[in-house]
Amino acid sequence: MLVHSRGTRWALWTLFLVLFIPLFALPLLVVLAASFATHWSSVLPSDLTTAHYSAATRGEALQALTTSLVTAAAASLIALAAGTWAALSAASLPKRVRRVLDALFVLPVAVPSVVVGLAILVAFSQPPILLNGTRWIVIAAHAVLVTAFAYQSVSAAIVRLDPAYEQAAASLGARPSYVLWRVKLPLLLPSLTAAAGLCFALSMGELSATMMLYPPDWTPLPVLIYAATDRGSLFAGSALAVVLMTATLLVLLAVSRIRTKASYR
Amino acid sequence: MTSSTRRLLWALPPVALLAVFFLYPLLLVVRQSVQPDGGGTSFEPYTDVFASGAFRDALWTTVWLAPAATVGCLVLGFFLALVIAFVPFRGAKAVAKFIDVFLSFPSFLITLALLFIYGTVGMANGVWTDVTGAAEGPFRFLTTPWGVLLAEITYFTPFVIRPLLAAFSHLDTAQLEAASSLGARAPRIIRQVILPEALPALAAGGSLVLVLCLNEFGIVLFTGAKGVTTLPTLVYSKAILESDYPGACVVAVVNVLISVGLYGLYRVVSRRAGA
Repeated sequence: MLVHSRGTRWALWTLFLVLFIPLFALPLLVVLAASFATHWSSVLPSDLTTAHYSAATRGEALQALTTSLVTAAAASLIALAAGTWAALSAASLPKRVRRVLDALFVLPVAVPSVVVGLAILVAFSQPPILLNGTRWIVIAAHAVLVTAFAYQSVSAAIVRLDPAYEQAAASLGARPSYVLWRVKLPLLLPSLTAAAGLCFALSMGELSATMMLYPPDWTPLPVLIYAATDRGSLFAGSALAVVLMTATLLVLLAVSRIRTKASYR
Repeated sequence: MTSSTRRLLWALPPVALLAVFFLYPLLLVVRQSVQPDGGGTSFEPYTDVFASGAFRDALWTTVWLAPAATVGCLVLGFFLALVIAFVPFRGAKAVAKFIDVFLSFPSFLITLALLFIYGTVGMANGVWTDVTGAAEGPFRFLTTPWGVLLAEITYFTPFVIRPLLAAFSHLDTAQLEAASSLGARAPRIIRQVILPEALPALAAGGSLVLVLCLNEFGIVLFTGAKGVTTLPTLVYSKAILESDYPGACVVAVVNVLISVGLYGLYRVVSRRAGA
């Protein structure tokens, strides 16, 4: 216990709440409350309605939700495959080469996502690969952006892996491919699912690169939220935002259940 | 084939993917930045962009906003993490969980919420006009850089709290007890025991937040303020709204140089810190 006086402790807790609630809890509550309202120009929102939700779960909005879910799922799977492959192959390389690979795969975090969007737009609007105007250009951009996170978390997990397991398997005559499939990957499964959840959440909320790239028939949910707030429909935008948050949380919950199941093995 | 070449070959497929979808596109951005619309190769786009007031404004806003937000996040994050870890209360664990969840939401939600709280017809102004009877409320900072600053501090503080809580969990509480039983008071314990232990996590978290603030796009876009442009929003408006691709590429190159330079620094700092 750092502070022994009761009075100081209470003062600190009060200050904590005074800072924490308005800054972190209030924004989420406000978005949630606004999604049920049509007016808000006093302490509490007024004219409560569920109309925004019925609009947010059909037609254009429903399509945007499916678009976001498909994009996020595809991008996370690609990122997970590429990131894990890169991290596993990097781990067996000499230290200096590994450093180069680390830097390369982490670079997309440092480059602004708007620039990643611009770069992909410039590169795939011209031959040899024409992707502009298709859904693939959005998925490609999301995959690039989240691969860095997959690579980072998987390579951190590989470092923590006890080499005794694979050495034991190899000394018993297991081929490298067998060791990879039956020993390494199962041991890495908890970190793989954690990485998948992270990639999925990031891709669901991705706005900057998407704004540069999305074709009219592949509009992810964040773009629709921006379009709604930009034309002044803040309350409808909030309902869409709540749908986005709920969908993200549900998928994260499902992914974390895979993790707990795996850790019992 | 030796086993080391075979290992190198195994690393090739993902590197090739990265090259096609990330490195080659970046290279094209650099190439496009020296190819003005009129044709040929020259540094004309650079001189044009550097001479424009919009670019200088955006550069200046980006360059002061990001460090200011970082300092805010560090101060606030250090205090909040300190209370969660060392003056624990019932529900402190739930608060730590909440911070994890907070990190999985997109940044623009914060601006959206702030629009309801401090917007021109929002909660705070509504209360003010109800109480005082005035025609307009006093809160109109949301469309200025201060609104962006508030949103960035709110959204990025958890990025500082998380590594700090991890660092604090390694701290031996016996050290605190010993210092306290020898008569050291809380401020001195914080300065001489906790702060040295937290410094690597602060440095790593702070530089990550700095880079993320430099690259932030959603928060600035959602304020809807025409008066606030940062480098990322300038890239967007030049490319998509004005179709000035060489100009957008110039701004992109400048933004990448600043961010990647700082991120390199972050990697060095966090490796030193062992984080």
